[in-house]
Amino acid sequence: MDKNFAARRRRDLIIAAVLAAIAALTPLFVKDVVVQNVLILTLMYAGLSQSWNILSGYCGQISLGHALYFGLGAYTTELLFTKFGVLPWFGMLAGGTVSALIAMGLGYPFFRLRGHYFVIATIVIAEIGLLLFHNWEWAGAAMGITIPIRGDSWLKFQFARSKVPYFYFALVLCCIAWLVTWWLEDSKWGFWWRAVKDNPDAAESLGVDVFNSKMGAAAVSAFLVAVGGSFYAQFVSYIDPESVMGFQFSLLMALPAVLGGIGTLWGPVLGAAILIPLTEITRFKFGGSGSGVDLIIYGTLIVLISLALPRGLVSLFSRPKKTGATR
Amino acid sequence: MLTVETIVQSLASGLLMGLLYGLIAVGLALIFGLMDVTNFAHGEFLMIAMYLSFFLFAFFAIDPLLSAPLVAAALFVFGAVVYLLLVRFAMRAKANAGMVQIFTTFGLAIVMRGLAQYFFTPDYRSIPQSWLGGKTVSIGGIFLPEPQLVGALVSIAAFAGLYLFIHRTDFGRALEATREDPGAVALVGIDKNRVFAFGWGLGAALVGLAGAIMAVFFYIYPDVGASFALIAYVTVALGGFGSVFGAFAGGIIVGLVEAVTALVLPPSLKSVGIYAVYLLVVFIRPRGLFGSM
Amino acid sequence: MTALLETRGVWQRFGGLVANSDVSISVGRGEIVGLIGPNGAGKSTLFNLIAGVLPPTQGSIWFDGEDVTKMPAAARCQRGVGRTFQVVKSFETMTVIDNVIVGALVRNTVMREARRKAHEVLEFTGLAARADVLASDLVPAEKRRLEVARALATEPKLLLLDEVLTGLTPTEAQTGVALVRKVRDAGITVLMVEHVMEIVMPLVDRAIVLDLGKVLVEGKPNDVVRDPKVIKAYLGDRHAVGA
Repeated sequence: MDKNFAARRRRDLIIAAVLAAIAALTPLFVKDVVVQNVLILTLMYAGLSQSWNILSGYCGQISLGHALYFGLGAYTTELLFTKFGVLPWFGMLAGGTVSALIAMGLGYPFFRLRGHYFVIATIVIAEIGLLLFHNWEWAGAAMGITIPIRGDSWLKFQFARSKVPYFYFALVLCCIAWLVTWWLEDSKWGFWWRAVKDNPDAAESLGVDVFNSKMGAAAVSAFLVAVGGSFYAQFVSYIDPESVMGFQFSLLMALPAVLGGIGTLWGPVLGAAILIPLTEITRFKFGGSGSGVDLIIYGTLIVLISLALPRGLVSLFSRPKKTGATR
Repeated sequence: MLTVETIVQSLASGLLMGLLYGLIAVGLALIFGLMDVTNFAHGEFLMIAMYLSFFLFAFFAIDPLLSAPLVAAALFVFGAVVYLLLVRFAMRAKANAGMVQIFTTFGLAIVMRGLAQYFFTPDYRSIPQSWLGGKTVSIGGIFLPEPQLVGALVSIAAFAGLYLFIHRTDFGRALEATREDPGAVALVGIDKNRVFAFGWGLGAALVGLAGAIMAVFFYIYPDVGASFALIAYVTVALGGFGSVFGAFAGGIIVGLVEAVTALVLPPSLKSVGIYAVYLLVVFIRPRGLFGSM
Repeated sequence: MTALLETRGVWQRFGGLVANSDVSISVGRGEIVGLIGPNGAGKSTLFNLIAGVLPPTQGSIWFDGEDVTKMPAAARCQRGVGRTFQVVKSFETMTVIDNVIVGALVRNTVMREARRKAHEVLEFTGLAARADVLASDLVPAEKRRLEVARALATEPKLLLLDEVLTGLTPTEAQTGVALVRKVRDAGITVLMVEHVMEIVMPLVDRAIVLDLGKVLVEGKPNDVVRDPKVIKAYLGDRHAVGA
């Protein structure tokens, strides 16, 4: 039995390595900038959703306010860069740390709330963040921050001529988020989180520190999402409150995981691989995001998956349920 | 300039707005209390009520005040249908039950917003000339906008009606009994699904009533529900999630806090006060100020 | 040697309702003690107070020579108190082995060891064949057994069993009884709450009868069942006597 288990984990790792290798080769064949752009966003949202999944999927604390951490990552990086000349790489770590700390600070009151009460709190808190950045003059308020172009360099993590470096960074980010999840899945934390999600009372009786489990999940999740935010800021080279902290980011982090399979290792990647290209195609066909078609597709997918396939699309691939966990 | 007059003036309009907030939120609280489910599409219910009011005016020249009962009735049907077609099934989920309940209504919200954008365009609309629009009355030197004043009166009437309904009719008692113990109701021979569907209908009708009145003095656009939904969440959080009359008190507090904030802070920060109160409540009394559960 | 578990003058009030009044009991090392009584006697409340779900209104609880009155459930588990739930609380989306690993992690921080411990416990409890099944797919009797397995994986000194034998078929109940004996033989003290006397009496070394929130009688099972006070307390509850 243990052999089965170890074999399954090894198999996951091999599949991931193969997929990453294939992904790494795509820029050799894909020269179209528009397509490259879609690939970058797909990888980024796969990584973000994977990170969101740690708190909301594994630990079961559904957040619809993760845009806050995404925006904090973006703002920390760019404020440090434009005001103090700190390189984005350090800004990235700083943003992650700030977000993790804030996530834990918020966790203190919020993790006493259960279920939908918690969801509401996350929505409100992200809205508060948005409001504050809208009014924070030093951080550019509603005008936002334009990142000065200093020429292509890995040191400054800036590339105007080719998008390929961003592609590789997004790939690495996605791989890191996946690996962290893979590693945590078979750790004390991973088990604690799933126990807390399924039944906090029983978890407590088995010696699980429920509160700190949630705190840990929130910190890891917020850190990784903030790194994604830093990346996005460099990638688009202009940020304002709406464009990095708007509700759509919370939505686009949750959706791939829900679609692919919430609380599963492969769900977010699968979901993002379907959803993000679909979004871009819709945008292309129906013009702008103002048409509403993208929202109709998202919403319909969420409702259908929630009702008909609550374990997500990955459950279609899992072996008959009598033989083991859904993965 | 802060004078006694301006303070009284803004407290008065805050109170009116607060009564409307209470009316917006009460449907949410009703469903919360009835079945411990959050309707994440509550704001979108408000949005379609506003559009309905707008189109009845634009095409048939029916004044929002007259069409309000019509809009409420339509929303009643809509709410009951949403329960029967979606929520009922979401509540049966075996796997990931919490997530299913949350994302079913949340998904519905997104679809409704998308449909509104697609069919009604993202343009801002308003009802230019209604009986009440733009008029004010002066009471003892305080100017009160008529739409808000009428809205506040409608809200008080609705809450009074709701009170009588819950305490004086059999169905209202059934509603209350289901809240306390769903099993007991099945024993008495009341169909739980009928009570829940009625609860959703009633909740939707109340927010529909609010939407109809707000259409008079608010811009109507696909995302309009989002900001009011947020206020409604805060209101029910203040009032104690499942408490119908907590929503009434919570609404008044939110309205007053908003008015006071607007006095001391720039307009773009007028929501800061509400959010601060919300955070304070979450910190100190997670069950809400008037929550008994 | 002092008792493993002791409650000293424990009171629990819910609003105006007194669920436990001045309850002082003790459980010695290596005993199987039955906590019985008619419906509404306050058994479940006392059980939850000992498990650490909530602190008592008044009085103190001592475990292994330490005052644990204010200690939350998780900390008591670390001290060596394991429990099951009357209404089973499995981790439904996890497999049987994963459920048990959660318990095993209390004393084994290395995953490999926790996993080995969990397999051991599954062998011990006779669930080994079901290790890779989702908890939600178990039949009720197996779920009860999983509750016990999970608690055993925490390597408790005291195992609290909340009506684990109630509602089982006679065959299932017999296997259950055998398991409880096996647990005691492994050196674990057992305190079990049961509503139906007939099931527990042959199993326990000592019985404590609660009625109306107070300790009514305690002693050897044979003496307890003949005690007129106990018979009177159960009279209004014919179902339990005749079961």
